[in-house]
Amino acid sequence: MDQLDKNIINTLQYDFPVCERPFAQLAETLNSTEDELINRVQAMLDNGLLTRFGPMYNAVNMGGALSLCAMKVPKNRFDDVTEQVNAFPEVAHNYQRDHEMNMWFVLATETQQELNNTLNAIEDTTGIPVYNMPKEKEFFVGLHFKA
Amino acid sequence: MNQAVENKNVDNDELDRRIVMATQSGLPVVAEPYHQIAKQLDIPTQLLMDRLNAMKQDNRIRRIGVVPNHYKLGYTANGMSVWDVDDAIINEVGEQLGKLDMVTHCYQRPRFLPEWSYNLFAMVHGHDREEVLSKVEQIAELLGNKAHKHDILFSTRILKKTGLRLKEKAKEK
Repeated sequence: MDQLDKNIINTLQYDFPVCERPFAQLAETLNSTEDELINRVQAMLDNGLLTRFGPMYNAVNMGGALSLCAMKVPKNRFDDVTEQVNAFPEVAHNYQRDHEMNMWFVLATETQQELNNTLNAIEDTTGIPVYNMPKEKEFFVGLHFKA
Repeated sequence: MNQAVENKNVDNDELDRRIVMATQSGLPVVAEPYHQIAKQLDIPTQLLMDRLNAMKQDNRIRRIGVVPNHYKLGYTANGMSVWDVDDAIINEVGEQLGKLDMVTHCYQRPRFLPEWSYNLFAMVHGHDREEVLSKVEQIAELLGNKAHKHDILFSTRILKKTGLRLKEKAKEK
């Protein structure tokens, strides 16, 4: 990763222009060429430095439902409950965290009704209450990762 | 844009939905990426660009750009910091937190009293656990008595990680 790669990461995390030839437009700002930028972005996608290039969609604003949920899972049942929870396709991410609330997962569904049904089904299957913590407000985040 | 981002449930029409399907796994890395997608969808490039801009405008698209692998950039530690803040000042505090380095998400969420009094969540990243802890301490100092208490939850294991995807089937209205 050289300085140009870093500049690309730091610039393109914020905005990739919507125009006929976006890389050509960026070439001026980044003091490079259209071809060079295309090659660099492709190389960083190939080597895993970048995980994505494109529009980031906001699931909730697209009409779907999304929520962060937490559970207090007894230690001796943790692996079994993990298996039960992960078996639901609506569970997108699931993390173990070092707290009494030790399981944190994200539910993503197309409708609010499906989300509620899934919550109930997880409680029924595991016998453990689920704390449902959907975002009530999102605050603008100005800075991303500095390469 | 430093106001709280509003949540609008926008009804996507069929073309928007086709655009999402065509781009949710990414844009082609070519000189004219929008042209290529438009061709694939059999629509004029300008129409595609207009629709993308409209989706950016109403926040259905957060942004268009790259997502770096933060582990590969050396940010291997992350902690979910949680704060108990008076509802009356949560907008002010949330915006303050969002502006800080290495805070990548900042949300207000419901409390569950008495066992969970935290209503503001901020994900804090660092090169190691110590850096995350010192960031959180800096935030605590910055907030002073605006936050009654706080905690930090480090992830100890990823149990599942799959992407969020719209399903192929058309959405029933």
